[in-house]
Amino acid sequence: MDQVLDKLKQNRAFLCLECGKCTAVCPISAYNHSYSPRRLLAEGLFYEGKDLVSDNLLWSCLTCQLCSQRCPVDVKYSDYMRDMRAEAVKQGKSGNASHGGALHYIMEMAASPKLKQNRTGWIDKNLKTKQKGDVLYFVGCLPYYQDFFSKDFEFEPISIAKDTVKILNYLGIEPVVMDNERCCGHDLYWLGKLDTFDQLGKLNLEAIEETGAKTVVTACPECAVTLKQLYKERLGRVGFQVKHISEIVAENIEKLKFKNLDLEISYQDPCRLGRYMNVYDAPRQSMTAIPGVRLKEMAHNRRSAICCGTTNWTNCDVVSKQIQQSRLKEAKAAGAETLVTACPKCQIHFRCAGCGEQTEKIDIKLTDFVNIIASALDG
Amino acid sequence: MATKTCAKIKEEKNKIFVPNIVVFACNWCSYAGADNAGVNRIQYSPNFRVIRTMCSGRMTPGFVLKALKMGADGVLVSGCHFGDCHYIFGNYKAVDQFEKTKALIKTLGFEEERIRLEWVSAAEGPRWAELINEFVAQITKLGPSPLNNNPKYEG
Repeated sequence: MDQVLDKLKQNRAFLCLECGKCTAVCPISAYNHSYSPRRLLAEGLFYEGKDLVSDNLLWSCLTCQLCSQRCPVDVKYSDYMRDMRAEAVKQGKSGNASHGGALHYIMEMAASPKLKQNRTGWIDKNLKTKQKGDVLYFVGCLPYYQDFFSKDFEFEPISIAKDTVKILNYLGIEPVVMDNERCCGHDLYWLGKLDTFDQLGKLNLEAIEETGAKTVVTACPECAVTLKQLYKERLGRVGFQVKHISEIVAENIEKLKFKNLDLEISYQDPCRLGRYMNVYDAPRQSMTAIPGVRLKEMAHNRRSAICCGTTNWTNCDVVSKQIQQSRLKEAKAAGAETLVTACPKCQIHFRCAGCGEQTEKIDIKLTDFVNIIASALDG
Repeated sequence: MATKTCAKIKEEKNKIFVPNIVVFACNWCSYAGADNAGVNRIQYSPNFRVIRTMCSGRMTPGFVLKALKMGADGVLVSGCHFGDCHYIFGNYKAVDQFEKTKALIKTLGFEEERIRLEWVSAAEGPRWAELINEFVAQITKLGPSPLNNNPKYEG
């Protein structure tokens, strides 16, 4: 009982005013009426020895922090969910893993120091990388997504990695790309598997320190937030600066020469880049600097952006599909022909929204921020 | 992970590695084929454990990856021959999933030969025994999987 009490205290749950703003904005609550952040919190507050961790709804939270953004007293709801999940993991429980759990097994396997991956096969002759240097490109899960999703969704996740190196090369930077890089552990952290997360963190920090990198660039907001904030929180030492590629592009926008693209785009703020890291303007400034690109904002944008429907590859269900579909419709209604995201996972989830016989096909192109910038580069 | 002493490494060198193999066999053909091998009293390698699935199409990359994560040295997926599938197209689905799996384990750094997809019918008991012997020999040659924390040696 004391453990639940500690978790509630740590995450400011006793300050809850029961105003219900969290439930009003929660994307899950909008479609699954049995889910409510306020009620899940209240169940903890009126705990009285009930079994709180067996509830499957525990795994539904997207940890998108839209509720925390609106909370007048800053209850840390996502963190409370993580702590309760860690408790559930101790009791041998877990959520419904999507994709047969394959992606979770990959993350857990990567925590073994004996594993020697072949993850740099995508680097071709046109891309310049090195083994040691100041700037490191942290690729993340893209090589695995390439193997897993490229056939099903007819897109090349690895093109995001290629285009990131292309942009960095254009700016005169030769990034370090590690072959012994491991999963950053973001998903395991939010699923409460903190031991495996710590193990991955230690291995990654050691590998990065070995290359002597002072700046780590990522094209994935989840990797960025993990390297920047979560490693500091759990492991206490991060001896480098972490930047998302959109920040690098925005800083060096004068050095980039663009050709005309003629595109009407809308931008999906990934929750980790927006609400976690407060990067809203960098990707917008970078994309609108391209001549011919017109940005049409969706009804929910920036701080109010709605999540892509699934996180951590867990509890993907009909609710996730509905969130994705409504988001795509929103982009369409804003007048965009292409929806740009800065997170590879958002793109995978939106591509999945049109799959299946029962779902409505929404005619909108999807692409990554990096792909747009790289395709507009002149020379 | 205990550091191996010189004496232990020497000892392992002279011994033969005994692999631990996980087999996913479909209910209608391959599982019955394995049964047939038993009924015919065919002697063959005992280093494998069969997990019965209703169809080879039930196998997803997650199955194979979980087996490897838990320390299996090799994974064999076996189903009905093309055209014989009880669910008509299940084994075609298995081929798609298997290709995905192969790409994933290559990126993870495992040898491609650690996993295999085969078709065995209910009447092919002798072929089943032959196939298992062949696969066991193949994995023995490759040695223990990097994730196998407790490899066994014999002889």
